[in-house]
Amino acid sequence: MDKFTELTAIAAPMPTENIDTDQIIPARFLKTIQRTGLGKNAFAAQRYDADGNEKPDFVLNQEPYRHAEILITYDNLGCGSSREHAPWALLDFGIRCVIAPSFADIFFNNCFKNGILPIRLPREICDELMGDARQGANSRLTVDLERQVIVRPNGETIAFDVDPFRRHMLLEGLDDIGQTMAHDAEITSFEHRPSRAWVPSITIGTVK
Amino acid sequence: MPVTNSPRTLFDKIWDDHVVERLEDGTCILYIDRHLVHEVTSPQAFEGLRLSGRRVRRPDATVAVVDHNVPTSDRSKPIEEPESRLQIETLEKNVAEFGVPYFPLRSASQGIVHVVGPEQGISLPGMTIVCGDSHTSTHGALGSLAFGIGTSEVEHVLATQTILQKPAKNMRVSVEGKVGPGVTAKDIMLAIIGRIGTAGGTGHVIEFAGSAIRDLDMAGRMTLCNMSIEAGARAGLVAPDETTFTYVKGRPFAPKGEAFEQACDYWRSLASDDGAYFDTEVTLAAEEIVPSITWGTSPQDVLPITGSVPSSSDVADPARAAQIQRALDYMGLEAGQMIAGTPVDVVFIGSCTNSRLEDLRAAADVVRGRHVAEGVRAMIVPGSGLVKHAAEAEGLDKVFLDAGFEWREAGCSMCLGMNPDRLTPGQRCASTSNRNFEGRQGPGGRTHLCSPAMAAAAAVTGRLCDVRELVKETV
Repeated sequence: MDKFTELTAIAAPMPTENIDTDQIIPARFLKTIQRTGLGKNAFAAQRYDADGNEKPDFVLNQEPYRHAEILITYDNLGCGSSREHAPWALLDFGIRCVIAPSFADIFFNNCFKNGILPIRLPREICDELMGDARQGANSRLTVDLERQVIVRPNGETIAFDVDPFRRHMLLEGLDDIGQTMAHDAEITSFEHRPSRAWVPSITIGTVK
Repeated sequence: MPVTNSPRTLFDKIWDDHVVERLEDGTCILYIDRHLVHEVTSPQAFEGLRLSGRRVRRPDATVAVVDHNVPTSDRSKPIEEPESRLQIETLEKNVAEFGVPYFPLRSASQGIVHVVGPEQGISLPGMTIVCGDSHTSTHGALGSLAFGIGTSEVEHVLATQTILQKPAKNMRVSVEGKVGPGVTAKDIMLAIIGRIGTAGGTGHVIEFAGSAIRDLDMAGRMTLCNMSIEAGARAGLVAPDETTFTYVKGRPFAPKGEAFEQACDYWRSLASDDGAYFDTEVTLAAEEIVPSITWGTSPQDVLPITGSVPSSSDVADPARAAQIQRALDYMGLEAGQMIAGTPVDVVFIGSCTNSRLEDLRAAADVVRGRHVAEGVRAMIVPGSGLVKHAAEAEGLDKVFLDAGFEWREAGCSMCLGMNPDRLTPGQRCASTSNRNFEGRQGPGGRTHLCSPAMAAAAAVTGRLCDVRELVKETV
């Protein structure tokens, strides 16, 4: 996973609540066995007409937002399906940071696992940042994870919270699995607790 | 494990019994008892294991199925769509390489992962259960902590049999009293989502309680917990009781004999203690719940079937007003119109929400002696091969086929249209599935979520209608 330290980038405003993961990447594009290549179909239904032509009124089809690396939305971003294809599609499009008043739990979690920083900020602040984003290509936001601030084009800083463990993983670009495997002895000892004796095993020959 | 004498919730107890280690900042390494795997969200996880030279830590706690992509029609031919075929073949290669138990397409027990798990006794009370699918919350009906995870976490569980998580908040939704005729678990859940909204449960695990919940059979409890994710919750739970134990007993992978009795003693001890703290409490009166239907493109867009569609002028917030207008335009509905009477093109009875034997019986009770309306395509997709077989043993297939329904093979089917079962643009569908998002059942498709009985009523009348009017005639 790529590290996330500091990002200065164009932000795309999407003032919509409940953007679900079916919108971010429709189910028909989930047939891939890879993590990459989904960016061209991110937001497919809003981005393309039935003939596959770009819809000019959709924000990510407009300059400068087709180069956006930050997405700002309203409440409950990423609700619905657990598909990690949603953050994969955003990442493949170029998005490294998503800002919203609230997120659906699984999507929020999936972002961190892919080097995308999700930031919760009150709706009034999201509105202000969307205002900045509408100022065009020279209006970039800086997201500084080390300092936990967003720097607006006017130089004002907005502090944000992030879970310390997840911040550390992002800053270092670390793999969760390697970290957890270092606790192998504790996991093995848990598995041998007498109170767990009732949990049956499933063996391959028994599935018909 | 923290030792505490303060009263705990069902969630607290299952959580505490699965904490391997609590890290400095409160993140827990949580042990996972059952990991269910399907073809869509696992290929990248197995590839990750392969690239890092890791193995599956507990193949004996892992079970794979194919469900999302599979055709629900003739299975004697190879799968036509090359990408779907590749995904299924990839799963088969992965389960063989990593030694994971697997229900293949040819198995008589194949079906939707959230139907197969409980049906086989793979999912049991008191367990932690995960799957790369948000509707894993279904298994919470057994009194297990079950939630959906992303593919990176699938890989993490395959490699370590644990996940990293902080405890959720506790929410209790109590439904007291008795529901009226024609009101099912689906109507109860739609009413709950209509009340708390699709973000109402965010950060929480919901325990469903109250007399109306205890009265539900296991299929109904699964419908309820299934759609917990549509309320934004991490998971849904119903305390295990005698209904649960009767359901579990004798299932292929459930404990047997004395082991079963010992397990029941443990499961009984999991119920929330008197005085346990819930961060959020919601109460509904069962008598006030009527057969429900969604009108818009979010599961919280719920109406009683007797209601009328809202207008963008009903709300003050301009963003919300724009969203209502967008939903009306997408759904092809006029503000203020009665929802009943809206003509449908397709009826889909199936999905991990409502494809169990009890669901098919409820639909058949409405269909018996009637015929699918002219111009309507109506399909029944049982949740598993065993559900299909059991329904046929009762003659339900004949009821549906005689009425003009399609009687299909088990799979996820038109819930999300990854296989050829899709709506075409503009088609309107009464569906027993769980999501009415734009394009969910096919690009441009219009979904109205409802119970199997309500969907059956729409099939035979050709319109969204109040099932109680049909049932009245036959009583």
